[in-house]
Amino acid sequence: MFNASMPTSPGSMVNQCKFEEDEESDSKDIFITVDNPESHVTAIETFITYRVLTKTTRSEFDNSEYEVRRRYQDFLWLKGKLEDAHSTLIVHPLPEKFVVKGMVERFNGDFIETRRKALHKFLNRVADHPILSCSEDFKVFLSAQAWELTTYKKQGPGFLSRMGETVRAVANSVRGVKNRPEEFTAIQEYVEDFSNKIGSLDKVTQRIVKEQKEYLEELKEYGPTYTLWSGSEEELAEQLKGVAGCIERCCKETEEQVGHLSDTLVPVLHEYVLCAETLKAVLRRRDNIQAEFEAKNEALATKKVDRDAESSDLGFVWGSLLGKNPEEARHQRQERLDGEIEELKEEIDKLEDRVEWANNALKGDWGRWQRSMRGDLKSAFLSTAEKNVDYYEKYFIFIHTQITVSL
Amino acid sequence: MLSVSCLSALLLHTVCCLYIRFIFWLEILFIVAAPFSPSQIPLYTKCITRLKVILIFYILQGRTLILKDLKSHESLYLVCITQLERRMADAGNKESAPIGGDEFTNTELENNKNNTMVEEGSTLLRRMEISVAEAEKRTGKNTVNMQEIFTVYLIETRPIDAITEGHNPAPDSLWRRYSEFEILRNYLLVTYPFIVVPPLPEKRAEFVWHKLSADNMDPDFVERRRVGLENFLLRVASHSVLSNDKILYHFLTEEHRWKEVVHETGFQAKADSRIKALSATFRVKNPDKRFTEMKLYSDELQSLTSQLLRVRARVADRLYGVYKVHGNYGRVFSEWSALEKEMGDGLQSAGHHMDAYAASVDDMLEEEEHYADQLKEYLFYAEALRAVCRKHELTQYELETASSDLISKKQQREELATGMVRTFSFKGMTNKLFGQETPEQREAKLSLLEEQIVQGEETVTEKTVECEEYVKGAWVDMQRFKEQKDRDLREALIGYAVMQISMCKKGIQVWTNAKDCFHKM
Repeated sequence: MFNASMPTSPGSMVNQCKFEEDEESDSKDIFITVDNPESHVTAIETFITYRVLTKTTRSEFDNSEYEVRRRYQDFLWLKGKLEDAHSTLIVHPLPEKFVVKGMVERFNGDFIETRRKALHKFLNRVADHPILSCSEDFKVFLSAQAWELTTYKKQGPGFLSRMGETVRAVANSVRGVKNRPEEFTAIQEYVEDFSNKIGSLDKVTQRIVKEQKEYLEELKEYGPTYTLWSGSEEELAEQLKGVAGCIERCCKETEEQVGHLSDTLVPVLHEYVLCAETLKAVLRRRDNIQAEFEAKNEALATKKVDRDAESSDLGFVWGSLLGKNPEEARHQRQERLDGEIEELKEEIDKLEDRVEWANNALKGDWGRWQRSMRGDLKSAFLSTAEKNVDYYEKYFIFIHTQITVSL
Repeated sequence: MLSVSCLSALLLHTVCCLYIRFIFWLEILFIVAAPFSPSQIPLYTKCITRLKVILIFYILQGRTLILKDLKSHESLYLVCITQLERRMADAGNKESAPIGGDEFTNTELENNKNNTMVEEGSTLLRRMEISVAEAEKRTGKNTVNMQEIFTVYLIETRPIDAITEGHNPAPDSLWRRYSEFEILRNYLLVTYPFIVVPPLPEKRAEFVWHKLSADNMDPDFVERRRVGLENFLLRVASHSVLSNDKILYHFLTEEHRWKEVVHETGFQAKADSRIKALSATFRVKNPDKRFTEMKLYSDELQSLTSQLLRVRARVADRLYGVYKVHGNYGRVFSEWSALEKEMGDGLQSAGHHMDAYAASVDDMLEEEEHYADQLKEYLFYAEALRAVCRKHELTQYELETASSDLISKKQQREELATGMVRTFSFKGMTNKLFGQETPEQREAKLSLLEEQIVQGEETVTEKTVECEEYVKGAWVDMQRFKEQKDRDLREALIGYAVMQISMCKKGIQVWTNAKDCFHKM
């Protein structure tokens, strides 16, 4: 992981990056770091900005290096834009806006560090994605200065059109999709179960951290009791101090282990809890697209029925009252309906393409996501297990030497 | 929203401030009274300094409102202070002549040791194999004629010679319950007050953490008690003095007659007066310094071991929590492995290892209970040691009282004989007011005094001998106890470290296996 305190010379960064992403192909051509959080105070508010450093050899970028400062809101904007443009691609989740549980201040050091790491991961995941990394919004995010970004943000679909889209989406989700392909149903079931499991794992891990911390508290009182006793004894003083030393060592190791757990496993599990939510949203959006397509198809079918049917509708009656020729009226109506049907057919073709594209995008990204999920979780658990082995080994060696020396 | 401990700390603060003022007045009083009783002053000033330090600690504690067990802290501060004083004393004065111990040279100590070891050759344990083999539940009627359930323990004995000769006779056995062991111990305490009598396992489960039950009927508790009772019998039967006791022999061999026999000794009356005497307050002028030291040490040992046991129980509780939560990993991994195709096998087996990890803590902590029992034994031993020191103080006090009585009687005789009143006395007053008595009256009084003086001199001689013998015997046993304690506790501490090592080994094994499973994911 990139460390904010490390020197950011291009050479060292390249080497670090290659080392970390060795499972990716050698053709990695963009390197991003998020570091150096700073507090900004204005008249209205206080917020934190992070430095985003980009090094790239891609042709779409004018320069090979960019350094900009971004705040959390900017990241939210970027994510929103990516999801809008590619609604069925899986975008890595952002850290949460705020932590509901516990009294975590926004400006607490640990919170900022956790957020920084998560933002770093987010950008790197986007950069690794073959489609998302080509997004214009992404490019602007990485390269534009603060005022340029603000101007750029103002372009794009206005507030009302976004409202309209949201309303449509809600309407579609209410309607529901009728013929969901089997594979997507399977994916949905998997996502449901996965979400449960990963949520449980997250809770279990946090519980372990809590229990370890409480254990550490008691240990800190335990060792000194032996030391105090050694002051009252003559023959036993050595042995008692020896045991006290062992317990102190145990404290030290436990503290390290808890730190490692909090730094390595907890954030990863938390990320994937958020991922599960993202996946559910992606599946919903895909369903909505299909629902829209199905809705239009039904509309077409209704229109066709309308056109072919013998109608005694109100318009005909009215027309005849006004003295129009019934035949002519019927013709007019049929022509109108034909026009509408043609329009609908065009829309349906577009929607059909859209559905197909969405499905393919999701299918492709699904495989990709599963691979990276496996990789992430495997390495996190592996690292935890290694740390635990290390913990016991170090403590074992210490006690062994203590036994031979003083006990 | 003041918690109970905050309130009590505040209260303590107030009380301590008032107390401090009282202490200052006491100090002034002692300074004034110093010329009249010079030997008491060092003791008093020592006490007062100690008290002041504790109170200052408390006032500071009150200000910072610490939510810990105040009682345990008090005894620990006392321990700190005693240790400090000892170090200062060691650094300060090199010469400290123990009173009443001058006759002990190193060679005599050696001889005593040899005597003890020779006598050990003939202790009961050498002649007889003793064990507490089983425990069973019984029902019966208790003293108030109500049904109760209690546990009895099977004591088995076999003569050693029969075994070494190659036969394998069936052991003699009888059943005893815990209360009978208590009677035996009380008898021993009263009959051999100069011996540090081995303690019984605890009457009620203390220092429990949530997994241990505080129920006396719990099978684990009964098992640990069985071991403790066997340990008690073995210690008593291997003691050079205690093992020769007839009552002990009866305890081990006569199931039914034993209670009558022990009550016939009349120990019960002595036991009651012993308890009263031990808790009485009295001022000893010249106790043997070594015994005072030992008494202080016994207090320290008590505080330290009880604090240690308390914290150990909490640590065990927390460790248990950590291990058991890992069991949840096992469950979730197993469920998750059903979802995954590629990671499934790795997850499944990792889950099994997590279950094994969670289960391993049960055995570990059971072993640790054994360590806790070893510490508990010495917690109770500390009490016995203290009792021996107190008994010495009592004997010494009785001697001093008898001596001062004798002195005052002799003074009275002198006054009567010479007619001079030396110190202010009621007699002198009445003489002045009402005139002196007739010669006959004086004669009668004189002869009475003479008798009393003769008696008094006998008493003083008796008491002196009693005191000296007590000091001799007690010192030998306290040395024996000290060596035993150092040996046993050293073994216990090493055992504890070994337990930690085995915990590490198991941890390494489990997590290495888990690591391999994660690799396969």
